[in-house]
Amino acid sequence: MIRTAMLVAAKDLRIERRSRVLLWQVVPFGVMALLLCGLALGPNRAGHSSAAPGLFYVVVVLVALLMINRSQAVESTPGTRASVATLGLDPAGVFLGKSLALAVELWLAGAVLATGCVLVLHTALHGTLVALPSIVVALGALSAAGTLYGALTSGGAGPATLLPVLSLPAFAPLLIAGERSFSAALYGGALWQWWVVSLVALVAYLAVGILLYGVLEES
Amino acid sequence: MSHAEAPVAVLRGAVALVNGFPLLSGVDLEVAPATLTVLFGANGAGKTSLLRLLGGLIGLSTGEASVLGVDLARGDRRLLRRRVGWLGHEGSFYDDLTVAENLTFAARALERPTHDLDVVLARMGLQSRRDTTTKQLSAGQRRRLGLAWLVLRRPELWLLDEPYASLDDEGRTFFDELLGEVVAHGATVLVSAHDPLRSPTLRPRTLLMAGGRVIEDRP
Repeated sequence: MIRTAMLVAAKDLRIERRSRVLLWQVVPFGVMALLLCGLALGPNRAGHSSAAPGLFYVVVVLVALLMINRSQAVESTPGTRASVATLGLDPAGVFLGKSLALAVELWLAGAVLATGCVLVLHTALHGTLVALPSIVVALGALSAAGTLYGALTSGGAGPATLLPVLSLPAFAPLLIAGERSFSAALYGGALWQWWVVSLVALVAYLAVGILLYGVLEES
Repeated sequence: MSHAEAPVAVLRGAVALVNGFPLLSGVDLEVAPATLTVLFGANGAGKTSLLRLLGGLIGLSTGEASVLGVDLARGDRRLLRRRVGWLGHEGSFYDDLTVAENLTFAARALERPTHDLDVVLARMGLQSRRDTTTKQLSAGQRRRLGLAWLVLRRPELWLLDEPYASLDDEGRTFFDELLGEVVAHGATVLVSAHDPLRSPTLRPRTLLMAGGRVIEDRP
């Protein structure tokens, strides 16, 4: 399972490095969305800063939806799907590999967006750095949930446009926990309690994915 | 019949439904090992569906089917798929990976050695395209890459869906020679086609399909 996961993750990251969709399309979109949020809030710096954790995770979700669709799209042509199916890869390994690759991509995008929060939304640098562990875990959980829901809505099982509708209820607890952690890191509060909520969600989504990804693929 | 002569595939009244639509509506077929079988029929006759059923890529709805000793109704189709090679008429690879990367991924997934990669590429006339991304290949070169994928994998059962599409005369002749070699080495090959094979040395069994059934069998 781990060998398959590493093989699939390396393949997905290599595809991403070559196509540069993340670098030239998704990250610029996220930065622009963050800038627009800053403009929409007006010139009040204090207002920007207090809204920053929520805005950060709203933009992260938009970026994640694009990346999840992209992650599934590379597998979705009928010929590729059939050829890869004949490799008989362990579905749990495929799930872990795709989740890991997506997590790496989201961590990179998250680093840029967190920097954007400091520069555009004027969040405190120290508080943003303190929030990083919780951001890493929340984005990891988002990747696992996203890979699961991406498989559900790709291929023959359903249209990809269903992804936001189906996945947002699953993402909601992650976003709430992430936003609360980020706010607690900036202004004080129950940072580690929310961090643990994200961690539990990560473990739960990984467990569900390992068990169910094969069923989703077969369907 | 000894074990060595046991049929590679046995289908009795095999029906395959997808979303209630019958792709195959009662196929009776027995395929001997180390043989070449060509499927003819109009578009929608069920050629591709039969190949996909034999490869474990779609499920058996009713009837009996056994391929390479795996019961398609109750067995693990994933294990069957590892022993089958599929070449579809669509693209079968990751477009943003190079020729060598695609083949290496397949070989590693199957835990096969990659040391003869360059030999296979030279045989397929793709050595100069080793580091070219797949999306930059012509349709004929993609077809050759599909063959290289199969030659590297050496599956027991080759399922080729309209492999002659996009091939020039030289490519078709090369393809016919390769099929002859593959069968001589003990693999079983099923090909769907619209035109008869050109090579006079190949003496394939021909099946005519219509309405999801085999309506004529010429040994």
